[in-house]
Amino acid sequence: MHFHDGEIPAEYSKHIQAKVAFLLLSLLVTAILLIFSIGTGPVSISATDVISTLFGQTVSKQFDLIIWNIRLPQAVTAVVAGAGLAICGAVMQAVLRNPLGSPFTLGISHAAAFGAAFSVMILDHGTMASSNVGAVTLNSPYLTTAIAFAFSMVATFVIIGVSRLRQATPEIMVLTGVALGSLFTAGTMFLQYFADDMQLAAMVFWTFGDVARASWQDVLIISIVTIVSFLWFTVNRWNFNAIEAGDETAKGLGVKVERIRIVGMLISSLVTAVIVSLLGIIGFIGLVCPHIVRRIIGDDYRFLLPGSCIVGGALLVAADTAARLILAPNVLPVSILTAFLGAPIFIWLIIRRR
Amino acid sequence: MNLQVNGIDFKYNGHAVLRDIDFQVEKGELLAILGPNGAGKTTLLKCLNAIHRPTSGSVIISEQDVFKLNSDEIAKLLGYVPQRVEAARLTVFDTILMGRKPYIKWRVGDNDVRIVASAIKMLSLQHLSLRCIDQLSGGELQKVSIARALVQEPKVLLLDEPTSSLDLKNQLEILHAIKNIVKGHSVTAVMTMHDLNTALRFADKYIFLKDGQIFAHGGQECVTPNVIHAVYDVHVEIEYRNGTPVIFPVEDFSRSWT
Repeated sequence: MHFHDGEIPAEYSKHIQAKVAFLLLSLLVTAILLIFSIGTGPVSISATDVISTLFGQTVSKQFDLIIWNIRLPQAVTAVVAGAGLAICGAVMQAVLRNPLGSPFTLGISHAAAFGAAFSVMILDHGTMASSNVGAVTLNSPYLTTAIAFAFSMVATFVIIGVSRLRQATPEIMVLTGVALGSLFTAGTMFLQYFADDMQLAAMVFWTFGDVARASWQDVLIISIVTIVSFLWFTVNRWNFNAIEAGDETAKGLGVKVERIRIVGMLISSLVTAVIVSLLGIIGFIGLVCPHIVRRIIGDDYRFLLPGSCIVGGALLVAADTAARLILAPNVLPVSILTAFLGAPIFIWLIIRRR
Repeated sequence: MNLQVNGIDFKYNGHAVLRDIDFQVEKGELLAILGPNGAGKTTLLKCLNAIHRPTSGSVIISEQDVFKLNSDEIAKLLGYVPQRVEAARLTVFDTILMGRKPYIKWRVGDNDVRIVASAIKMLSLQHLSLRCIDQLSGGELQKVSIARALVQEPKVLLLDEPTSSLDLKNQLEILHAIKNIVKGHSVTAVMTMHDLNTALRFADKYIFLKDGQIFAHGGQECVTPNVIHAVYDVHVEIEYRNGTPVIFPVEDFSRSWT
């Protein structure tokens, strides 16, 4: 083949620049939301004070305490967890070539909830302690987290195992995930039926995804898995684009479709499992956020992956700030708000589709 | 010799789909693989670029043994246009750019963009270049798919029924485009086809597949009423119009319907 009359078309360069501009703009919006979120609460802190404190200057001892110990970990958790859930949703949609791909629709979150319930009930790790917000404490939260994580990985391996046994087609993976979701829901309901009041409260409390739960150590764990997975996903962005055009096209381009599908599922499930087991179930970010970004900049994974990450972080930190303000002084877990907003947004996206 | 296929056997679930397939195609030649549904046409096409790994046999392109290469190297030798392409919200330009994937290490280079722009010109797609492919007609999407295969800079182009879902004008347009590329760039094209008359008009060589084996192979002389009857179980006559052979079925189907 010989191609020698090609010139770089100006309009294509513009088209790429527009997408880069969208990414930069959403990054800026995320930063503003982050600062706003840190400044908002029972004690209001101005944006300049927030920024000075973050840069290590002490505006006041009280601000230092509030920002570094309470608000910053919560806001950073929201950004990182939102980014992680959104990128995993985008990748699941890519490898499954199915718009419904998300940690929720594939039973991974349900498996984590079952694991937490199992830990509370059978291993007797949950009790209720009264505090001023009427919250529940778990006797050993890390064991509950570990067991929730283990069960979501069980769900993942069953999905991958079944698809290896048959063929690694999207249909088989999605159907297996849906079946597992209802199986684990049934299991959780069974445990809840036999639980006493305190255990039941602990189980239900655990499923309310809440970014306020995270310590700096949790933030670190979530950040590491999110960043590492982001790198692997980014390396494979052209593979995802090719799979989007169909398995046949992708194979003709030298993409090892089955392998990308299985490894992609494994990594995105792992990240989801880490986030869900540390924070509880936060629905809809993984499903809705990639779709919002797709509508704005299209299905090109070179831009969709970073876009989902940034918008996911922005959405979750915004939702968390709203959840803290809406019924102030009562604080809602963010998962209730994301589910409330997510469903109507999703339906709106479906209706607006050509 | 550009493409040399030696003794390909392919089994699926222990059942022989292809047996002892041997053929050669020169540069600048268009080979049509013909045969009834289920004869193994598409399977044969997918064996050539190792999407299916044959049980035995080899495919040699420019003295390179395809089955010994890695997947990127195979994609640089063979461009594959499947029958079905999923339409995503991806622009025509970016879709064609995907064909550079075997060459792209990390960043898309200026050279890649130039090659894509040139392929877009070759298939007269300039006016659509920033349109998303989910808004294209069947004929336009097929051209995009061909352009995507071309920027792989392949030595052999594999096309799976490139005109099966197109109207008459688009069929002719696509096949003319393929023919011009094959002649102008001396690549080899192998395509599966259903319509014998279109095949006769555009292809240089023919292979008739029957039950996974080559029944007849050669130039226009091998397309005879006897061969067609043996392969398709239909009686036909061949007439010539301005030097082009045209096939007419002469079977009287009306009797069997009463």
